[in-house]
Amino acid sequence: MFEETLFQSSRAGEQFVDILKKQGIVPGIKVDTGLQPIDGTDGETATQGLDGLADRCKRYYEQGARFAKWRAVLKVDSDKCPSSTAILENAHGLARYAQIAQANGLVPIVEPEVTLGPGDYSIERTAYVSEKVNSHVFRLLNEYNVILEGILLKPNMILPGLDVPTPSPEEVAKYTVRTMLRSVPAAVPGIHFLSGGMSEEEATLNLQALQAYGPTPWSLTFSYGRALQSSTLKIWSGKESSWKAAQERLVALAKANSEAQLGKYAGPHPSPGGARILQALRLGGAGK
Amino acid sequence: MDESNATCGKRLASIGLENTEANRQAYRELLVTTPGIGAYISGAILFEETLYQSTLAGKKFVDCLQEAGIAPGIKVDKGLVPLAGSNDESWCQGLDGLASRSAEYYKQGARFAKWRTVVSIPNGPSRLAVVEAAWGLARYAKISQEHGLVPIVEPEILLDGEHGIDRTLTVAEQVWNEVFYHLANNNVMFEGILLKPSMVTPGAECKERASPEKVAEYTLKMLKRRVPPSVPGIMFLSGGQSEVEATLNLNAMNQSPNPWHVSFSYARALQNTVLKTWGGNPENVEKAQTALLIRAKANSLAQLGKYSAEGESEEAKKGMFVANYTY
Repeated sequence: MFEETLFQSSRAGEQFVDILKKQGIVPGIKVDTGLQPIDGTDGETATQGLDGLADRCKRYYEQGARFAKWRAVLKVDSDKCPSSTAILENAHGLARYAQIAQANGLVPIVEPEVTLGPGDYSIERTAYVSEKVNSHVFRLLNEYNVILEGILLKPNMILPGLDVPTPSPEEVAKYTVRTMLRSVPAAVPGIHFLSGGMSEEEATLNLQALQAYGPTPWSLTFSYGRALQSSTLKIWSGKESSWKAAQERLVALAKANSEAQLGKYAGPHPSPGGARILQALRLGGAGK
Repeated sequence: MDESNATCGKRLASIGLENTEANRQAYRELLVTTPGIGAYISGAILFEETLYQSTLAGKKFVDCLQEAGIAPGIKVDKGLVPLAGSNDESWCQGLDGLASRSAEYYKQGARFAKWRTVVSIPNGPSRLAVVEAAWGLARYAKISQEHGLVPIVEPEILLDGEHGIDRTLTVAEQVWNEVFYHLANNNVMFEGILLKPSMVTPGAECKERASPEKVAEYTLKMLKRRVPPSVPGIMFLSGGQSEVEATLNLNAMNQSPNPWHVSFSYARALQNTVLKTWGGNPENVEKAQTALLIRAKANSLAQLGKYSAEGESEEAKKGMFVANYTY
């Protein structure tokens, strides 16, 4: 959840964290305060949020949060991006955040997103860059004595640039699992992929395809934002009368992905044939 | 079996033999012609001299090994020397000319390589020593892969010291963190390497000893925290443990499934009894070969988690730790 949401309640006055807990859902909290450009780079970003993080974590823990999330974004292209400056800056932020989160009782979700972007860079290029980024991230996590058994990883699946035809789920799975096997120590209990622009159906099919490469030391599962909410939002459109239909869509999407991470998704998809769900990187910090 | 000539001399001296090429050849012939050894051993690391040697009857050692289903490997490092600016620590030489040497070794039949560097806990280890060890291994690994040799990556954390097992764990995590970072930076393909770590144990002079189960617990914890699952095999060094201790510890590590194959790459812990049984006497060759088979089979069972120490000889239980041991 975003900070505002963590402290909100339903119309009937029940705290959101309590509603979640009653359903067996663990409340988590986004603790980064957004992206800022790194001067001198080609549009690359750093993630902010270390200042006062320990105190904020304590507050969030008191409110009921039990895990945290920090999203680092790495731009990728065919040759220049990500720069070593961007890699080191983002790896450092993730490692310090993870250390502070653990010190305050929150399991850190470590999210080094090699972001899906314009261009014709190949799937091999994304795989190589993701391995490099992960190597730096884990090196710093280890240097800062972050307990790997107590983190979750939230990486991107391995996809080529937007100007390359969408690869099959089998191809995505092959490169994604290979990258994870090369990057992620077995002590990390779970890998929760971000959807990062994949269509809702693509996100489910790709997740399902990963399971064919099991068993793996970590679970291969999902942490989807856009791929659970995009059509949900559209159905609701702010209308009271569409509330229930929107909720039904959300459950259907969650169920499809739940089945997919067990390798048991059979279709049809609740939201078939959708296009990529792209959003521009928003700079300038959270809440603006 | 990759002891340098100098180190092999120590082995021969322990049974009263002179360090001559003939004696080194005789000993290695004993090992590589052991009947049935290929059932338990999949690779043999050779010193350069041995790679080019033959049996007395004229059959190349590499051919003996290949026929037994054992891949010939080659030690390519040029040994340890003092590391300037460190706390009396060492670094491992061997990068100069490594590319052309690797090409030659491949031609002679070698298919994997080995490079052993060391880290000393009583001396720190200093960050300088750890980074140097990792860097040398990474460069060696990349050059090896470029020439068709699978690199065995061996940063040995020496047994010397009074430190407890928790300290060993901390240092091991630091060392392997650095090693994998530099391997990745050098674009080494993880599916094409093997690791040769030391097990996580208390120091040799630590008063508190650790059971095989504790060694297994600490070692596996370290490996799970530092080794990507794409690495296919982890072959432990014995580093001064007794033959039985090394086998028991390996057995304990294989009591449940691991992401990588966990096995052994032992020198002293395979050869101690063999050497003493042979004593340099041609009449003892068969008995010595039998002793080798016993140890090889025991460790083969241990890497399946099926070993039992019943019936092991007293010789096999003797510790082989030597303080300040240098190769």
